[in-house]
Amino acid sequence: MTGLAFLIPIALLAGLGGLAAFFWAMRSGQFDDLDGAANRILIDEDEQ
Amino acid sequence: MNALAQIAAPDATAALVDSRFTVPGMRCAGCIGKIERGLASVPGVAAARVNFSAKRVAVRHDPAIDPYALIGALEQLGFEAQLAHDNPLAQDDKETRQLLRATAVAGFGMMNVMLLSVSVWSGAGGVTRDLFHWLSAIIALPVIAYAGRPFFSSALMALSHRRTNMDVPISIGVLLATGLSLYETVTGGEHAYFDGATMLLFFLLCGRALDAMMRGRTRAGIGALLGRMGRHASVIEADGTTRRVAAEELFPGMVMLVAAGEALAADGEVIDGHGAVDNAMLTGESEPEPVGPGRTVHAGSVNLTAPLTVRITATASDTVIAEIARLMDEAGQSRSRYVRIADRASRIYAPAVHTLALAAFVGWMIAGAGWYQSLVIAIAVLIITCPCALGLAVPAAQVTAASALLKQGVLVKDGSALERLAQVDMVLFDKTGTLTLGEPVPDLSALDATQKSVALALAAHSRHPLSVGLAKALRDAGVAPAPVERVSETAGHGLAGRLGGTEVALEKPEQAAHGVASQLRIGERTTLIAFRDRLREDAAEVVSSLKAQGIPASMMSGDRSGAVREVATTLGLFGRCGMQPQEKLAELERLKAAGHFPLMVGDGLNDGPALAAAHASIAPGTASDASQQAADAVFLGNRLAPVLAALRISRRTMRIVKQNFALAIGYNLLAVPLALAGLVTPLIAAVAMSTSSLIVVANSLRLARSGQ
Repeated sequence: MTGLAFLIPIALLAGLGGLAAFFWAMRSGQFDDLDGAANRILIDEDEQ
Repeated sequence: MNALAQIAAPDATAALVDSRFTVPGMRCAGCIGKIERGLASVPGVAAARVNFSAKRVAVRHDPAIDPYALIGALEQLGFEAQLAHDNPLAQDDKETRQLLRATAVAGFGMMNVMLLSVSVWSGAGGVTRDLFHWLSAIIALPVIAYAGRPFFSSALMALSHRRTNMDVPISIGVLLATGLSLYETVTGGEHAYFDGATMLLFFLLCGRALDAMMRGRTRAGIGALLGRMGRHASVIEADGTTRRVAAEELFPGMVMLVAAGEALAADGEVIDGHGAVDNAMLTGESEPEPVGPGRTVHAGSVNLTAPLTVRITATASDTVIAEIARLMDEAGQSRSRYVRIADRASRIYAPAVHTLALAAFVGWMIAGAGWYQSLVIAIAVLIITCPCALGLAVPAAQVTAASALLKQGVLVKDGSALERLAQVDMVLFDKTGTLTLGEPVPDLSALDATQKSVALALAAHSRHPLSVGLAKALRDAGVAPAPVERVSETAGHGLAGRLGGTEVALEKPEQAAHGVASQLRIGERTTLIAFRDRLREDAAEVVSSLKAQGIPASMMSGDRSGAVREVATTLGLFGRCGMQPQEKLAELERLKAAGHFPLMVGDGLNDGPALAAAHASIAPGTASDASQQAADAVFLGNRLAPVLAALRISRRTMRIVKQNFALAIGYNLLAVPLALAGLVTPLIAAVAMSTSSLIVVANSLRLARSGQ
C-alpha cells in the first residue's frame, strides 16, 4: 500500500508532464509545418 | 535548427511588418533553403520563414518595402508567388487545434484510468478498489468535462433546434456512464465505467481530429490555387491622394488606380486611361482585350499596359471571394447520393438508437434484471449503436480522395462529381485548349540569331500573351537579349525601340496573316513570326491508356476539318469537326439516351452546354469561367494526365465508400444483438464502437496513397 502512495502520484505527474509538453509544443508551433520539418533536415547550412 | 534566416537589422527599432505569400511551386528542401536565404538577402527583410505544408512564406520586413517588390524577388529566385490573405484559414486551424488538445487530454485520462482499472480487474478489492475508484473519478471528471465539450456543445445545439444528431447518443452515453460510475464509487460498488467513458471520448476525438486535419489540408490547397486575384487596390481619395485598401474593404463607388501588371481586386467601369487587360482567367481568351473609358473590367483580370482609373461597381465579396467560398463549401459538403443516404440513415438512426436503448432498459427490467444491470446494458447499447462509422463512411473517403486529387492537380467540386466520374464509360474531348495547350508557341525557325536577340529584348518588356510566349520560348532556346534601348509599348499596336541607330519593332502584322502571328521589324526588314497551338505533351499516352482501359475516346471540335484531322491522326482517335455548341449538346444527349455515361473534357465557352449536359465533365484550369463553373472538376498544368488520375481515383473512392458502408453496417449487425443480450459491458462497447470508426477512417486513408 505504501508503494502505491508513491507510485500513483509519480505516474500521474509523468502523465501530466507529457500533457504539458504536448500543449507547449503545440503552442510554440511545432506542429504547424510537419512536412517542412522533415525536409529542413536536408538543407545544407554551409553551402552559401 | 536552421529555423530563421536571420540577418542583422541595423535599425531594429523600426516596427517591422509581416507579409505572407503563397508559393505553390516549392517542392523540396532545396526550395526552402533557396527561398529563405534569397529573401533574407533582400535589404530591409529581417526574416523569412517557409511553411512547407501550407506552401507559404512569412516574411518580416521593413514597412518601407512594398510586398509586390518581394513577389518580384521571389520571381527572380524562380518561384511564382501571390500575396496571401492575412490568415484565411485561422478558423479551421483553431478548430483542429482545439480537437487535438481535447484528444491529448482524453488520451491522458484514458491511460491513467485504465492503469487503475486493470488493477481492479486483476482482483484488487475492498479499500484498494474504493481508493482506485475515487482516484479514477478525480482524474476522469475534469477530463470528461474538457474533452467532451465538442460533443456536448454539438448535441446541445442539435437539441435546441429540436433535432438529433450522432453526438446526442454519444453525449447521453458518456454522461450516463459517468453518473452511474460516480454513484458506484460513492456507494462503494463493484463496477465503475470511467475507463469506458474516457476511452470512447479518446477514440472518437482521434477520428474527429483526423477528419478535421484532412479537411484543413484540402482547403489550404484550394486557397493556394485560387489565390490569383487582386487582394489590394490603390483607392484614390477625394483629395487626390491614394491609399492601399484590402479587397474586402472596397465599396462600390470607390475609385481605384490600377497600375500596369496589377490584378484587379473588384469589378468596375473604366473612367480614365486606355490600355489592355488580360481576361484569361475569366474567359480563357489569350488575346488581351483593349479597354478605355466606359468599358467594364472584372476582378481577377490583369491590367497589361497603361495605368487605368476604375470606378468600382461590385466588390470582391460579390464576385471572386464569394466564388472561392462557394467552391470550398462544395468541396467540403457534397450533396452526393451516398452522403444523402448516410445523412438520412443517421437521421432515422439516432432516434432508433434511443428507442432501442430504452427498450433494452425496459425489457431487462421486466425480465427482472434489476435497475442497475438494466441501465448498464442500456448504456452499452447506446454506445455500441452510435452511428459514427456510418456517418464517417462517405465524407472520410471523399475528403481523402479530394486531397489526393489535388496533389495530382485536379480540383473536384463535390462528392457527387466523384460518383459520376467513377461511372464514366466514354470520353469526349474538345480540341483547342483541351487536347492542345491553347497557348501560343512561336515558330522560331524563320529568325536568325540577331533577330532572335532583338525579339527577346522587345518581348521581355511586355505582358501581352504573345510577347510572354515569345520571350519564354526564346529564353528556353538560350537566346540573350540585344541591347535595345528606349522600348515603348503602344496598346493594340506593339513594341518599338532602338538598337544602335536602327529602329526595331515587334508589332501587329500589316497584312492579315493566317492564324495568330506578329511581325518583327529591324530597320526596313520585316519577318513574320507565326504562333502555333501545341498538343499537350502526354495527350497521346492518355488517349491510348484510356483505350487500354476500355474507355473509348473521341474528339468534338468546332474547328476546321484540316486542323481536326491533323490532331485526330496524331492521337489516333475519331474526330468530328465544325460542330456548333448545339450539335455537341445533341450528341451528348444522344449518347446518354443510348445508355452511355459520357465524360466531356472541354474548355471554351462553346463547350459550356456540353459540359453541363455530360454525365461528368472536366475543364482545364485555363478554361473560361463559365466552363469551369459548368464542369465537375478542373485540372491544372500543361499535362492531360490529371484526367486519367481523376477517373482512377474516383473509381477507387467509390469502391472504398462501398467497403465503408459494408464495414459500418456489418459491425452493427454483429454488435447490437450482443449488446441487447447483455453480453457487452460499456467498456467493451466503447472499444468496439471506436474501433469501427477508426477502421472506416483508416480504410479511407488508403486513398491518400493513390495521389502519389
